[in-house]
Formats: sequence, structure tokens, C-alpha cells
Amino acid sequence: MSGFRRVKGTGQILEEGIPSTGRPALRRGFFWRQFRRNQLAVCGGAVVLVMTVAALLASVLAPYDPGAYDVTQILMPPGPAHWLGTDQIGRDVLSRMLFGARISMAVGFVSVGIAVVVGTLFGTVAAYYGGRVDEVLMRFVDLMLNFPRLFLLLTLIALLRPSIWVIMAVIGLTGWMGLARLVRGEILSLKEREFVLSARALGARDPRIMFRHILPNALVPVLVSATLGVAGAILAESGLSFLGLGVQPPTPSWGNILIEGKANIEIAWWLSVFPGLAILLTVLAYNLLGEGLRDALDPRLRQ
Amino acid sequence: MLTYLIRRLLISIPLLLGILCLSFLMLKLAPGEPGVIQQDLQARATGAQRETLRQLYGLDKPIYVQFGRWLWRVIRLDFGRSYSPDGRAALDKIAERIPITLGLNVLELLIIFSVAVPLGILSATRQYSAFDKSMTLFVFVGFATPDFWLALLMMILFGVQLGWLPMSGLRSLNFEYLDFWAQVWDILSHLLLPVLVASFGGLAYLSRLMRGSLLEVVRQDYIRTARAKGLPEGDVIYKHAVRNAVIPVVTLLGMMLPGLLGGSVFIETVFAIPGMGQLFVQSAFSRDEPVLMALIVIGASLSLLGNILADVSYGLVDPRIRVSGREAR
Repeated sequence: MSGFRRVKGTGQILEEGIPSTGRPALRRGFFWRQFRRNQLAVCGGAVVLVMTVAALLASVLAPYDPGAYDVTQILMPPGPAHWLGTDQIGRDVLSRMLFGARISMAVGFVSVGIAVVVGTLFGTVAAYYGGRVDEVLMRFVDLMLNFPRLFLLLTLIALLRPSIWVIMAVIGLTGWMGLARLVRGEILSLKEREFVLSARALGARDPRIMFRHILPNALVPVLVSATLGVAGAILAESGLSFLGLGVQPPTPSWGNILIEGKANIEIAWWLSVFPGLAILLTVLAYNLLGEGLRDALDPRLRQ
Repeated sequence: MLTYLIRRLLISIPLLLGILCLSFLMLKLAPGEPGVIQQDLQARATGAQRETLRQLYGLDKPIYVQFGRWLWRVIRLDFGRSYSPDGRAALDKIAERIPITLGLNVLELLIIFSVAVPLGILSATRQYSAFDKSMTLFVFVGFATPDFWLALLMMILFGVQLGWLPMSGLRSLNFEYLDFWAQVWDILSHLLLPVLVASFGGLAYLSRLMRGSLLEVVRQDYIRTARAKGLPEGDVIYKHAVRNAVIPVVTLLGMMLPGLLGGSVFIETVFAIPGMGQLFVQSAFSRDEPVLMALIVIGASLSLLGNILADVSYGLVDPRIRVSGREAR
């Protein structure tokens, strides 16, 4: 057996020869120990978990109905009744932020899902077939990377009209290029390995070799990149909503609460501070988690 | 060097054509048509009038004819007239805004480069020190901070609470009546917040890169040689290591241009600066296609130009690139 082996009694880890997939149980133990050592990544993971649970339980946790306005409670600063204050038509900011978390998480996951599928497909096909196919696909990636992403996002949304589905699709379809390059690099180094040759010798067809044999070995960097991608997608969604071209009011999103923050910037700091803080924390948490996963899963990539 | 520059420019022609093609496809594949939007405002327009308008804008021709015509006009830098009520040429509307956005971006790049490189050097030479750790924290926070939020915070702090700096626009209302130095200060004080906010994210990114690049270089054999022959540490770092470490950072500076251009959308919207970014948001709202298309083509071309400049400067500082001639990517 090659791979990682625990030395009895010492808890030390020895690396024997070339690390291969090894036995899953051992790998998982190794991963956990590596991951736990990185306190920042554990914190990030915890915040991600808390945010996700809060988003899922928004309807239980929220003290008020996020859409319920109360004209007697306009622009109240944070206090015992409204922990994070109220907005200009007296809606509870905390409740709106909890429901906004749903939007952020949903957009984050779905758009990254789209980006992963498209990017992986592009990268795998380009690297596997090489030659002219590779050239054409990678030129297309270069092309897409030359557009300032926000310009591309705004144009597409302007042409398609903003709705949450359009936003998910558009963020995903403008965010897959880095992944395509990453997967391509991975596959290029994998496709000359012996197990691919043996699969081919056994008569496996191209799609089977690509997706059953090669791709699973390239999934670790994809997972890391997807985690970091969620952070980017949440940032992009909040930005678009802040510009008024994202999630449309009255549906609350962290970005569009900030619009009201800007409108009332001279009198209501809490409308600006808290939603932005939520974005910062969530994005930071996903980034830390992603970096932690990378360090624990793939020591080669460690900085 | 000249041949390198020419070859680099030639390589980018198909890329530019691709940009144009993709932009046009985006425009045409989108559902609905702008003529219809226009008529929405004029409910009394008859079918014949609609048809006249469609013919006027050439919307009744097959798509390849439309693309050919559009391409021919774009090559002559004619992007058509804005659909907005003022009906001005799209290019004119943009041309008056380019200097503002480009000026902001150049300022940002200068600040990012001149601050990030020293920060990167400091944290690399003091790896794992308290300074390095706080820099790492700063980098992570910098990555995660939405610049429009940072802008709001800065406005609350410096504009509302302290009242030190103006919060929007490029000039004060009484600009005309100020003497020369007061005018200079007026513009500077209006620029300070936007430029600082816009530089923040790039600063974090580039200082991280500079740190990584220097740490890599320091491990090289020639650095060990320099140390072994007894050079003072300062000379080793600043005369030998930094010069080599800064090369990849210079290239990335050029590649940051698309991001900065995109970022100017937020900065200009928040601070009400009449640049390309603000125009972009306005045109996106009103679905002003000629202006949108012109903006996206110009924005992508500027990014392309930034990449070429970065590659050329890469070639200038690193002779190996020139000799091998292969495109550095």
C-alpha cells in the first residue's frame, strides 16, 4: 500500500512514495487532522455553518415579518425592540438580513454550480483532446477574461431583465474561466499517467476515460476553487443588488438593503453598516474555508 | 523589441474581433427588442410607425447583415446614437467620460503599486512576524470587503461624522469662484475617498503577490550566492531579490485593469462621479443598447491594451521573454 500511513504510537504521519488515493478512511483521518490544525479555516467553516443554518431557519429565527412595515417605527436606531434598527418604512433590519442570507446562499451555490459544470467541461475537453480543440476553447477563455466582468454582468442583466434566476445564471456564466484553466492544467498532467493508458488499452471510450477515470482525480482543486467561488458569487450578487440591477425589492437582499443605507447615509448608519458586515463576514468565512481545504487536501498547492 | 510589440499587437486582432462578435451576439440573442421598449413610452404609436422605426435602425435585416453593418460602423468608431432622449452619438457620450475613468484607474494603479510593493517586501522579509501576520489578516479582509460598502463606511466617517471630505461629485458647486490652488485642492479632496476605496482590494491582492514572489526568489541559488559572498542583507534583498521578484507583479498589474474598470462601476455610482462606470449603470437601467455596446467594446479593448502594455513592460524588464518570443501567459 502506498499513500499515508500512521506510525503506531507516535501519531506521526509518514509519506510513502507517491501519494495515491489510498484507503478512504485513512485519507479522511489525515484530512481532518490537517484541517483542524488550521484554526482560521475552522472558524471560517463554523461561520459558514452558522450562516447556512440561519438562512435555512430564517422564518423561525426572524423576530418580525421581513416585509411588514410599521410607520411608527421609521429609521429606529438599534435597540431592544429592533436589534439592528429599522429602515425607512419601519421594517426590521435583522429580519430582512436573515431572509437576505437565503438569497446570498442560494445565488452563491447555484451560480457556482453552473460555473463548475461549464468550467470543468471546458477544461476537461480542452486538455483531453488537445491540439486545435484546446487552442479554440482556450482562446475563448482568453476572450471572456478580457471583458471586465462587471461590464459583462451589467450588459447581460440589462438585456435579460433582472430576476433571481437570471442573476444566478449570469454570475455563473461569467465566472467559469478560472476553473476551466485550472481543470485543464490538472488534466494535462493526469492524462499521460499509466491508469489512463490502461483504461484506453482496455477499450474505454473517450467520455468514460475523461469523466470516470481522469476527472475524479482532479476534483480536489475544483472543490477548493468552488468554495472560493461561492465567496465571489455572494460579492457579485450583493454588488448587483446594490446597483439596483440584482435582486429586486421588496425581496430583501444584503445588497439592496444597502441601497436604503446609502439613501439615508446622513441619519441611519446602521442601515449601511450591518448588511455590509454580513457580506464581509460570509465572504471572509468562505475564503478562509477554501484556503483551509486547499491546504489540508492538496499540500502541493500550499503557498 | 519592436518586432515583439508588433507580433503582440497582431495576436490581439483576432481577440478583438472575438470581443466584437461576442458583444454583438449578446445584444441579438437577448429577448425583446429595443424598438419595442421605445414604443412602450409612446403607446399611441401605430404598427406602421413601429415598422418605420425598425427599418430606421435596420432591425428588419437578417442577423449577419446587421452584424456586418455593425462591424463596419464599429471599425469606423461609429456606435450609433443613444436611445436616450438626448439622442447624442454613443461615442461622444462615452468619450467625454473616458478621461475621468482612465485617470481614476491610473491613479489607483499608481497607488496600488507604490504601496503594495513595499508592503509585500516588508512582510516577506519579516515572514511570520507580527507585521506579516497582521498583513495576512489585512489581505483576507481586503479580499472580502465589498468596495461599495467600504465607500459607504468612508462616507459616513469622513463625510458625515467628521465632515472633512466631500461625499460626491468631482467638484464643489462654487468651483468656478475658487482661485487656482483652491480648485486643485477641491478636485483632490473629491478624488481622495474614491481612489482610496478603489485601491483597497487591489492593494491587498498585489501585496500578497509581491510577498509570495519575493519569498520564492529568496530561495533561489543566486541569492544564496549573494549572501555567501558576504553582501549585506539589504543589498541582497533590494539589489538582487526585489528586482526579480517585482517582474511577475508588473504583469499582474496590467491584468488588474479589467477588474479596476469593473470596480469603477461601483465607485463612480456611489460617489456620483461622471465616468464610464456611472454611464454604464445608467445605460443598463434604460437598456440603451448603442451605449452599452460601445462601453463593453471599449472596456474590453482597454483591458486588451492593458494586457499588451503589461506584456511589453514584462519584455522590457525581463530579456528572457523577448528572446524566447513565446507569449507569456
